[in-house]
Amino acid sequence: MSQFAINLTFVLASFAIYIGIAIWARAGSTSEFYAAGRGVHPVTNGMATAADWMSAASFISMAGLIAFTGYDNSSFLMGWTGGYVLLALLLAPYLRKFGKFTVSEFIGDRFYSQTARIVAVICLIVASTTYVIGQMTGVGVAFGRFLEVSNTAGLLIGACVVFAYAVFGGMKGVTYTQVAQYVVLIMAYTIPAIFISLQLTGNPIPALGLFGDHVASGEPLLQKLDAIVAELGFNEYTAHHADTLNMVLFTLSLMIGTAGLPHVIMRFFTVPKVSDARWSAGWALVFIALLYLTAPAVGAMARLNITDMMWPNGTNGEAVSVEQIENEARYDWMATWQKTGLLDWEDKNGDGKIQYYNDKNADMQAKAAENGWEGNELTKFNRDILVLANPEIANLPSWVIGLVAAGGLAAALSTAAGLLLAISSAVSHDLIKGAINPQISEKNELLSARIAMGVAIAVATYLGLNPPGFAAQTVALAFGLAAASIFPALMMGIFSTKINNVGAVAGMLAGLTVTLVYIFLHKGWLFIPGTNSFTDADPLLGTVKSTSFGAIGAAVNFTVAYVVAGMTKETPQEIKDLVESVRVPRGAGAAQDH
Amino acid sequence: MSDNSSNTAYWSANVRIILISLVIWAVVSFGFGILLRPMLSGIAVGGTDLGFWFAQQGSIIVFLALIFFYAWRMNKLDAEHGVEEE
Repeated sequence: MSQFAINLTFVLASFAIYIGIAIWARAGSTSEFYAAGRGVHPVTNGMATAADWMSAASFISMAGLIAFTGYDNSSFLMGWTGGYVLLALLLAPYLRKFGKFTVSEFIGDRFYSQTARIVAVICLIVASTTYVIGQMTGVGVAFGRFLEVSNTAGLLIGACVVFAYAVFGGMKGVTYTQVAQYVVLIMAYTIPAIFISLQLTGNPIPALGLFGDHVASGEPLLQKLDAIVAELGFNEYTAHHADTLNMVLFTLSLMIGTAGLPHVIMRFFTVPKVSDARWSAGWALVFIALLYLTAPAVGAMARLNITDMMWPNGTNGEAVSVEQIENEARYDWMATWQKTGLLDWEDKNGDGKIQYYNDKNADMQAKAAENGWEGNELTKFNRDILVLANPEIANLPSWVIGLVAAGGLAAALSTAAGLLLAISSAVSHDLIKGAINPQISEKNELLSARIAMGVAIAVATYLGLNPPGFAAQTVALAFGLAAASIFPALMMGIFSTKINNVGAVAGMLAGLTVTLVYIFLHKGWLFIPGTNSFTDADPLLGTVKSTSFGAIGAAVNFTVAYVVAGMTKETPQEIKDLVESVRVPRGAGAAQDH
Repeated sequence: MSDNSSNTAYWSANVRIILISLVIWAVVSFGFGILLRPMLSGIAVGGTDLGFWFAQQGSIIVFLALIFFYAWRMNKLDAEHGVEEE
């Protein structure tokens, strides 16, 4: 059986399971479509949240970004887990007590304003759509590789699958399918990591292997890695090279953004009790941590393996030859990935070898001149391919490669589906039913939800063809937007009775606008390439990259809201009473639809 | 719903627990993981230093502990103040 056939078998079998569950648990009524009834156990809910949360960004992209940057990209690890602390302590129990279905309903009621609700919906749509663009980048990489077609063709096929899949069922279908997806996803991530950890360190737990000894050299793994990447002119893996201010802001943006993303928050509306909402956030993080504690090991070990492949005789020996790449079985992965257009090499100096090194480094330039090298010859290595290519690089059995294929698709699909659901409920439930036409029939509401999904995926696919960054970087932008708009409004709504309708609306608009403008200035207006005035290499404000601006946007949001609320009419008494009641768990019945 | 003074005491106790938890949250991630890393560089952990470990694994483990601690502590606090769910 060829690798292609094995991959296809794994992918189709996992899809059959998800679709089977979706049909079995198909959403009947609108309330089921949005929030699945309220019978979901905290552990089940935690697992589904984890699947929903760990998208193409976490699964496909993150370890690759860590692998090629090292310590400096630890922000992804801390940021995407630290947000759960904010969620559990500052939002989840209160939003569950409030007992409505969507984030914007809370904002609309707490700030007693239809305008606030609509502004919140707009913020959600902007953040979620940006998020889906990042997902589509990952979907393109995954489908491109496993169908062995170009990245573009992979993206278009993937978009159709995601759409069909999301239209199938609402949250109910999605909750149980996502439990299945979590299981596939976590196995696909950890099994190859265990194999590789055993190969390199002899330790079956990758998270421990990372800090263990490298079997081949007897040195600590990270020390070995630091040494060999430094010999090729790259930054030492464990050293801190990034700008500290930017790293802090970036980490903070990801944390706040995590607690402001609708598709994650929505999950906490679906647990039976307030106390369950607190536990649910913890369970979600348990299941997320299984992947996040493994990811840094995957990154470091893959970097070591890749360097070893390119320099099979050691960094001071001869580089790998073109002949080896073309003929030796263990280099087959390079040819398969070359087809996607995401990996490439070129024998620039015609010596029959492929020298991989940092050609921007002065010492390496001197060494290159001495040896007749004409620049780095591993010309393209898209970071997003690393996790998917990893088992092939490590020469693992073909069933492991097939499993990773299924896992990568599960990750991308589950989050894309969750986000499309959040977008569609924002449009149909909050915008159309809540504001434009309250008399809309259930049937038409469901129809408009599906149209909204279609439009969102079309836009995301179009922009995904020329993405503003690697999957995890685009997703990071979405977090910045959520951090600057939604999180401050929710937090102030619970923790301060002073913030009134005008203050909240002004805060959200200010936070969203400055962040969006800052991102567009660096990434192009509406993410259209070439329309940017600055780049993240040389940003507008000091060292603050567009991916890190969300924390500043959030600060703007808080400040504007406080100042404006101080100048306008006080919050009415019945709203203060509402805030008081949200703060205590007693009296949390089932959620109300209206 | 119980009377207002009891709710105020409940809420300020809650806010105090939140603040303590958030200080720990910030110290392990922004502190040990980033800003205070140079100060921890003397403590070796498997080929690197403690700051690197906090940045890539330690902070995540502390986050988990914090959330479970908060859930446990708050469920207890709810009962102490008689505001738990029926």
